[in-house]
Amino acid sequence: MELIFETSVEGRQGVTLPEPIASDAEPSKWLPNEALRTGPALLPELNEPEVVRHFTRLSQQNFSIDTHFYPLGSCTMKYNPRLCEDATRLDGFASLHPLEDADDVQGTLALMATLEDWLGAICGMGAFTLNPAAGAQGEFCGMSIIQAYHVHREGKPRPIVLVPESAHGTNPASAVLSGMTVKTIRTLADGTTDPDDLDRNLDSQVAGMMLTNPNTVGVFETRIVEIAEKVHSVGGLMYYDGANLNAIAGLARPGDMGFDVVHVNLHKTFSTPHGGGGPGSGPVGVQSHLEPFLPIPRLVRGEKGQLSLTESRPLSIGRLSAFQGNVGVAIRAYAYILLHGLEGLRRNSQLAVLNANYLRARLRDHFEIPFPQYCMHEFVISLNDIAKKTGVKAGDCAKRLLDYGFHAPTVYFPMIVPECMLIEPTETESRATLDAFAEALIGIKSEAQSDPDKVKGAPWTTPVGRLDEYRAATQLDISYLG
Amino acid sequence: MVFTPHTSAEVEAMLKTIGADSIEALFEAIPRQEREADFSALPTARSEMDVAAECRRLAGQNRGVHHYRSFLGAGAYEHFTPAAVDHILRRGEFFTAYTPYQAEASQGTLQAIYEYQSMICALAALEVANASLYDGASAAAEAVILAVRQTERKRVAVARGLHPASRRVIETYTRYLGVELVELPFAEGVTDVDTLSQKGLQSNLAAVVVAQPNAFGCIEPVETIARASHQGGALCIAVVNPLSLGILKPPGEWGADIAVGDGQPLGIPLSFGGPYVGFMSLRKSLARRMPGRLVGRTLDRNGKSGFVLTLQTREQHIRRERATSNICTNQALCALAVTLYLSLVGKEGLRKVALLNLDRSHYLFERATAIEGISAAWKRPFFNEFVLRLPASAEGVVRRMRKRGFLAGWPLTRWSKKWDKNWLLVCATETKSKRDCDEYVNALGQAGK
Repeated sequence: MELIFETSVEGRQGVTLPEPIASDAEPSKWLPNEALRTGPALLPELNEPEVVRHFTRLSQQNFSIDTHFYPLGSCTMKYNPRLCEDATRLDGFASLHPLEDADDVQGTLALMATLEDWLGAICGMGAFTLNPAAGAQGEFCGMSIIQAYHVHREGKPRPIVLVPESAHGTNPASAVLSGMTVKTIRTLADGTTDPDDLDRNLDSQVAGMMLTNPNTVGVFETRIVEIAEKVHSVGGLMYYDGANLNAIAGLARPGDMGFDVVHVNLHKTFSTPHGGGGPGSGPVGVQSHLEPFLPIPRLVRGEKGQLSLTESRPLSIGRLSAFQGNVGVAIRAYAYILLHGLEGLRRNSQLAVLNANYLRARLRDHFEIPFPQYCMHEFVISLNDIAKKTGVKAGDCAKRLLDYGFHAPTVYFPMIVPECMLIEPTETESRATLDAFAEALIGIKSEAQSDPDKVKGAPWTTPVGRLDEYRAATQLDISYLG
Repeated sequence: MVFTPHTSAEVEAMLKTIGADSIEALFEAIPRQEREADFSALPTARSEMDVAAECRRLAGQNRGVHHYRSFLGAGAYEHFTPAAVDHILRRGEFFTAYTPYQAEASQGTLQAIYEYQSMICALAALEVANASLYDGASAAAEAVILAVRQTERKRVAVARGLHPASRRVIETYTRYLGVELVELPFAEGVTDVDTLSQKGLQSNLAAVVVAQPNAFGCIEPVETIARASHQGGALCIAVVNPLSLGILKPPGEWGADIAVGDGQPLGIPLSFGGPYVGFMSLRKSLARRMPGRLVGRTLDRNGKSGFVLTLQTREQHIRRERATSNICTNQALCALAVTLYLSLVGKEGLRKVALLNLDRSHYLFERATAIEGISAAWKRPFFNEFVLRLPASAEGVVRRMRKRGFLAGWPLTRWSKKWDKNWLLVCATETKSKRDCDEYVNALGQAGK
């Protein structure tokens, strides 16, 4: 489609604006010339209908939850309830300045306090902060809390963090930002963390261990209590990556498994929209003894129940954002939890796990399933066999799925399984959709044998064909202005 | 539940296909004692009608900038947003999609990001912009980390005019990376370039961070600062208000190597501080150190133009502990709001909105400083905010003005007790009419007595 710049016509206007108060308003009236722009920024010139049409047409080139099944593993792409969208746009929420007096913001603060309490109950944590802007900032926040705890107790940070080899890449990247070096712990054939390899890497240099549970291959870490005890025995803390909380919300709590610090992704389990890549929100919870280290500002309740934000927290890791995080996202999550209640959250987890196991069962006679036990909310299949026989890769099959009207699952992650797909159907999909997806994937497998070029060249029905990523990286074109 | 489709007959049939007796059997891997948790603090489900009413009740307990007439800025700004912006944001094809990993099925999001990157480059007059970061403060922190890695130096100089919250976020982000923050000399509302030129910058700096306009609204002598940075081998990081770039010289032209800032003034609601969007733009030579996602234009198998995520080997999902940043989910929908806003106001409109900010704030400034006992804290050119010296404590004035229906501004002592207690930071954007300004000044004259 044409770029918006290419449809621009000199002199077109898209907004009406009031007149200046000064009859001779010009930038040079008030500012020195050397501070001024010499020519206007090269923005497009269009009127409102043209802008609306351009972006409406662009939107129609997207797959989305509203239009397609979107089983992207580890992302929890479930339906986004519309009431939550309306709630966050209520003028009392949306037009609130972040620096207003506590008296003027009691409604939002009450909502935030309630959401903190609910997340604490869901995760089994003593205190929560809503400040982190997304899961990755939550991880950085959590690892900084762990470092601050060690500095407080031992006078210096601990240098090592343990991360299983199946972990998402964000875990090691976040740990490095907190000044730690990563040691990788092996994964056993059944997809769980190897306790013996953990033993070999444990000593008093270990700040903690980051773990997702269920883990990134969709398997519950059955020895989690034992793992936590081992890490605690050397003074380390356990960090829970809440990416996969949608499997267990309302059923089991990270706090009861021995975790000390958790983050949750509101845009996953609590279905705030993914927005094409954000905004998310990554609240962090801690066991009560770690509460003093939480970031500022902290939400506190006065003697008369009055809520306010405070910065006077001497042990805090500090600020993560200019204000208090993605409050507009928290409002959606609040409405979502209230719509569901405990029973609804529990039911969601049960049905998410049911859907994943059903789809897995529909595929198990046709694809290699590397981990034998029931999966949780997502599962891995390997297409290694097909790749070896036909030269058709998992990434090709993913592209071919687009022609069948399905967004592809996550491919090539987790990295420990060759030619893999990580499939997370979520609870909001029907059996009929899962059946159709299974048939499509089975059909693609036979196409890979009968007509491999059809799969290797896919997709054929999307607005553009297979795109040249190598060219994009080597002949960099990242701005219209060149 | 209304969001899940399963009938009990379907559940039975699905369990049969799986070969499990019950849904509970699927959870056998979770030890029983871990399933006996106390969830009693959680609510029971409420109807949609009830939840809507509860949200309205809470929203009704707030008093936002539409309840008052607001002259409060200090890092977040009340601006006009064309209605079309939110109508497009509410299209499910945009807001229920995710990161465009499958490029061929995400051309809408990808092209919109490419257009966003192009517009940010146009504003900043720099060659490369990423797909967005969380907010202006974390973008400043990411820029500092980039500079530290690029120069292999660990000391960073920060202007006092940098927003105090941004400074604190930089501190949080660099605490365990061994980075030392020092402050540039300050005089009369801006960086003291006279002292700077006499004494020079501290040696071995990775970067100099300066805000334009700064947190007090003042226009900084940025060209001199950038020159001094480069003489010492440091990168110059500009923290800019993107709306001001409708009239102010863009950072790429005055010598900044990296420009960051918060896109909130460009079509994003105040929303008690977020979600906003951080932007980052930089010189091409630094592109491979860019944090976050980047969209590039390429060709498809038929030679047709299309868009993909590119230079992904910088990112955490591939590079893991050697990534340029840990960021993954960013603020794409907010970046889309910025793109829509800039498309609607366009080339001339952005200049006009920026000019209206100058117009309103200077009218207000002249009226306010004509009152006996009220004067400017510093005599400096400013954009849409300025600091007034009041005849009484700014806290008291703000309290009295609030009773008269005004959010009067931000007492500087709330940032640091080192500031004079009578100093008030005041903001007037295009949303304030002549009458709003006149009535504010009248109320201020009385509240200041």
